Amino acid sequence: MESLYNFTSYELREKLFKKKVSSEEVVKSIYERIEEKEEKIKAFLYLCKKEEVLEKARRVDKKIALGEEVGKLAGIPVGIKDNMCVKGIPATGGSKILKNFIPPYNATVIEKLLQEDVIIMGKLNCDEFAMGSSNENSACYPVRNPWDLNRVPGGSSGGSAASVAASEVILSLGSDTGGSIRLPASFCGVVGIKPTYGRVSRYGLIAFASSLDQIGPLSKDVRDGALMLEVISGYDRRDSTSVNMEVPPYLSLLEEDVKGLKVGIPEELTGDGIDEDIRKRLSEAVVLFEKLGVICETVSLPTLSYALPVYYIISSSEASSNLARFDGVRYGYRDFTGEDIFSMYKKTRGKGFGPEVKRRIMLGTYALSAGYYDACYLKAQKVRTLLKRDFERVFKDFDALLSPVAPTTAFLIGEKIKDPLKMYLTDICTIPVNLAGLPSISVPAGLIKGLPVGLQITGRIFEESTILRLAYSFEQNSGYHTVSVKYSRQKPEESNY
Amino acid sequence: MLTLSEVEYVASLACLELTEEEKKIFSQQLGEILDFFRQLDILDTEGIEPAFHSIPLKNVFRNDIKGNSIEHEKALSNAPQREGEYFKIPKIIGGGE
Repeated sequence: MESLYNFTSYELREKLFKKKVSSEEVVKSIYERIEEKEEKIKAFLYLCKKEEVLEKARRVDKKIALGEEVGKLAGIPVGIKDNMCVKGIPATGGSKILKNFIPPYNATVIEKLLQEDVIIMGKLNCDEFAMGSSNENSACYPVRNPWDLNRVPGGSSGGSAASVAASEVILSLGSDTGGSIRLPASFCGVVGIKPTYGRVSRYGLIAFASSLDQIGPLSKDVRDGALMLEVISGYDRRDSTSVNMEVPPYLSLLEEDVKGLKVGIPEELTGDGIDEDIRKRLSEAVVLFEKLGVICETVSLPTLSYALPVYYIISSSEASSNLARFDGVRYGYRDFTGEDIFSMYKKTRGKGFGPEVKRRIMLGTYALSAGYYDACYLKAQKVRTLLKRDFERVFKDFDALLSPVAPTTAFLIGEKIKDPLKMYLTDICTIPVNLAGLPSISVPAGLIKGLPVGLQITGRIFEESTILRLAYSFEQNSGYHTVSVKYSRQKPEESNY
Repeated sequence: MLTLSEVEYVASLACLELTEEEKKIFSQQLGEILDFFRQLDILDTEGIEPAFHSIPLKNVFRNDIKGNSIEHEKALSNAPQREGEYFKIPKIIGGGE
């Protein structure tokens, strides 16, 4: 019999509702898988105690047995990126400065998941405060790519992607400020969705760049992603940037025909900077879409070329302000050697933050400081307007945009960590999307030299259902969504370690 | 390159104590990154409004009614140092008790 950890949540849901399996059996299978894989992959920062989790699973099983109504994700094992608050279990955001912090409340997304009876397995590794593209900035240990342990899983939601790819969880939550869901999804061969800004509440997410951050699902296929997105979306009065708009039934809209949709391919994201194999894979995707009746045309968005500096100025500025709260007073790490309050602040922050976080705080502080505010910060916000206009213009004629997720497949651990600028260039295709607040998905497009690669589909604001439909028809017609399942079915001797 | 004193100035604004080694690395790295940012200078943004938000947002008001907030004990539960119902911090004003 196929191991239970190999299934999607949609498949498991059917089995659970028909009482063919129990949540207890699913959870046990997941723990066995974690035992087998985790030592090598390091996707978890905190794993919940087995007995307590099994007890929760048994409670769901009892509800089902008694014929009580259960939630949409009842009994499904889920992992949470460590920058979201789950009441009673540690949340470090991958940082030393939040060591020992135990949130006294749940993030809104967690409450929504719990309402649907999910089983939370633990907290997933990430770059410190979600700043990074490789997961090497975790203060604890880097996550390793399940496809090749010498390579990065992508960042910052590396643990969220790697754990789903290796079937250590069935679904996970990540957060995406400049590509932090889509990039690791691409590198690990799973589906990652960055919803429209305001679609999902950020309450209880440790803030990095508040005008860009969004929480989203990572899953084995598009259907599972749609299911989880449906659960976590919606207005929340505790996040004043969340938008009061009806959430469409994403799951039931998936199978609608894509014939006649118009898709643009931005030429700025298919240039020399992108690996030839990836460009080839994109062209093949275009051929497939055309066969399905989708109209594909090259488009130009000239300001895309400026997105990277705009992003790093804005996100670092917002981060320098958001991270001011870590001062050693109310929670987390404190350095006790300082004589007065200011030396306590400085020493706590100097020792508590890692190198990349300090670099971004420095950049942001510089960009916001007297004399540079207009030339640096305000200039970037103005270019952001130009970038938004570029998107608005093409979205008048096109329903979605198709591009690579990243210029390469997963790179080697250590390859870029010493050169921050080189690392930042990894995000060149994903960053513009956040600056314009658009919904976007990374969907598996097969393997290149044994490593997964994703395809990015970006839509108009609040039109998640269009990109989900396109992604779904792509995966169903290409069959690429089976890559992560193929990985987990490999026997250890067949894989490369 | 940023000069060491520029790095020290920004670090003091950001309340970060940096080691000598960090200052040296940052002066070079931040300099390179800031140079990279300068490519924006060639764009004409005269008369363009800054986009502080990605989607249209309005200010959200609510009635001034007292709601539930986090309990005292829970709010203090993560404090590195406390005394009674307070967060304890080192002295703020120098000299004398």
